[in-house]
Amino acid sequence: MNNAVQQPQTILVLGGSSDIGRAIVEALASPALRHVVLAGRSSDPERPDVPAGVGITTLDFDAADPTTHRDVVAAAVEAAGDLDVVIQAFGQLGPDAADDPEAAAELVAVNTAGAVSSGLAVAEQLRRQGHGVLVVLSSVAGVRTRASNFVYGATKAGQDAFATGLHHALHGTGARVLTVRPGFVRSAMTDGLDEVPFTVDPGDVADAVVAGLRRGKSVVWAPGVLRGVFGVLRYAPDAVWRRLDR
Amino acid sequence: MPTTASSAGDVTVLTGWGRTAPSAGRVIELDGDVVRKAPHRALPIDEGRGAIPRGLGRSYGDPAQNGGGSVLRVRPGRAPISLDCDGATVTADAGVSFDDLLRVLVPAGFFVPVTPGTRFITVGGAIASDIHGKNHHVDGTFGAHCSRISLLTADGALRSLTSADGDLWWATIGGMGLTGLIVDATFDLIPIETSQCLVRTQRIANFDALVDTMAADDQRYSVAWVDLLASGAALGRSVLTRGDHARLDDVSDRQRRDPLAFDPPSLIDAPGGGPNVLSRTAVRAFNEVWYRKARRDHTAAESITGFFHPLDMVGAWNRLYGGAGFLQYQFVVPDAAIDTMRVAIERVVASGLASFLAVLKRFGPANAAMLSFPTSGWTLTLDVPAGADNLATLLLQLDDLVLEAGGRHYLAKDAHITPTIVRAGYPRLAEWQAIRRSVDPEGYWISDQARRLGLLEEEVA
Repeated sequence: MNNAVQQPQTILVLGGSSDIGRAIVEALASPALRHVVLAGRSSDPERPDVPAGVGITTLDFDAADPTTHRDVVAAAVEAAGDLDVVIQAFGQLGPDAADDPEAAAELVAVNTAGAVSSGLAVAEQLRRQGHGVLVVLSSVAGVRTRASNFVYGATKAGQDAFATGLHHALHGTGARVLTVRPGFVRSAMTDGLDEVPFTVDPGDVADAVVAGLRRGKSVVWAPGVLRGVFGVLRYAPDAVWRRLDR
Repeated sequence: MPTTASSAGDVTVLTGWGRTAPSAGRVIELDGDVVRKAPHRALPIDEGRGAIPRGLGRSYGDPAQNGGGSVLRVRPGRAPISLDCDGATVTADAGVSFDDLLRVLVPAGFFVPVTPGTRFITVGGAIASDIHGKNHHVDGTFGAHCSRISLLTADGALRSLTSADGDLWWATIGGMGLTGLIVDATFDLIPIETSQCLVRTQRIANFDALVDTMAADDQRYSVAWVDLLASGAALGRSVLTRGDHARLDDVSDRQRRDPLAFDPPSLIDAPGGGPNVLSRTAVRAFNEVWYRKARRDHTAAESITGFFHPLDMVGAWNRLYGGAGFLQYQFVVPDAAIDTMRVAIERVVASGLASFLAVLKRFGPANAAMLSFPTSGWTLTLDVPAGADNLATLLLQLDDLVLEAGGRHYLAKDAHITPTIVRAGYPRLAEWQAIRRSVDPEGYWISDQARRLGLLEEEVA
């Protein structure tokens, strides 16, 4: 159960080695926190820095294998009890996907199909327990897709549409979804890429998530200014958009 | 046609009065008369997430909600209030509100033995939270005035308990509804001559003066409103009100014509959906006016509503804190830890978190109920908006202070403490758990608060 200041007792991270996922866990850590479950491909992910006494469980999780997603959620509940906050933090960037149909399909399988199937498995559990928040790490890349990474953008657009729709579908069940739209984040996933304006660190995304949870938001942007920026850019003429994307 | 004790139950999102941590459960209405007639089939089947009784939802946090499970409301039966004037006792259904009760009792010349700051609570909730009022230092808690409780336990047995039942009696009083469903109860009343209270109101300049005055208190009702925005030499400046039920001689000729008149004004709801309007500036202005409005030392007759339930004049005042809701923090520290109380007040003042209501009160001795909150010492209650930025830090500081001083938190107000904190504050928790388990081994009764605090778990990792 989240307490009155929206501090969770249990957190499940899908994509257990994600830098942003770990930063969010650390930002949500408080004396209320009892258990963290890291579900990912790595059996030994970097541990979040949480107070002594907080239980940490690692689980195998493959976003691209939807047949296992219910079982992963069930195993997390077995380890931690009710899931107060679930962070959907996995994702791939796939820089070559535009030239490689198979790599593109793989990206869709992880970023979109995996988000949908694991999101539904989580929603089923949150509905059953009558409370809990699914935090979905979407991206501004999906708000308006760019020539330089439009396959990735398309996968995130699908995930984002799913997440915001799921939020509405869960209305009245006690469960909810917080969709997070970061700009460029310095992390393992983006290592070596050129930075763009409004670049943030995982900790900035985590702060936005914590604030969004406390205020009961359904969508947060990181940094917050991107909400206004994309409010305009989304409708910019194609020629303008292409020029910005160089 | 077969009688059914329950409706099917709609899934409803519930919160406590602080509107902070919602969860959805099946809300099932039970009829008090049907429960008494067929107790063994009154309770809904456990579908894996158990059940918890809920009255009017006035506890602040999550004790009367049960995410994914059942939430039971007992509708009062056909004769929900039965007054014994000679014995000065009343038997009332658990779902009867103090509002309903007082409208019957006061005109008959009686008052409830203990009332909290609102009439909109139920008899069942009063027992389950073992509520206290301004008279705790003289009269103790509500549970101390009960002589019989009928309790529907998880096995479907309707038990008529008295204090002779020992353990289960004292586990039920203050037991947060986790021993069973309270169906009705009998309790003692205070005979009154008028529906007025004779109240002495004093402005007190600072904390030291307040403590000295309250420690020497011999009035039945006594409570201080503390301005948590005043600092420095004015730290702890307060308005102290003390009084008792007015006798016929105390009231005006006009009031003497109908001395037991009681017709509280109906509610005008505060507007909802807006932002937190109780900003620091607004609270500062209110506190200043409230303090200045009080005369230095003045005695006058006040109505029951004005003295006991002033906030009931604004319905749904909890909405004024905006979407994030608010948290009511109430703790007690032993008499000897009065310095802790001063430090706690200093911390709240320094945090700059506006508190619309801050109430200081002196408690008398504890009773035998294992989870009853009041214990000899000082209790402070303050409201803070849950969305405030540095609230979590302030709560950590306060929790540490309270536990170091050997104090504890009120479970009916709690919305944030942890399994560790509740175990430190309530050393008799394990004893209570053993008794609870003896009447509910499967853990049928459970609430969000019970899950959050691990109240049913022997050890918490």
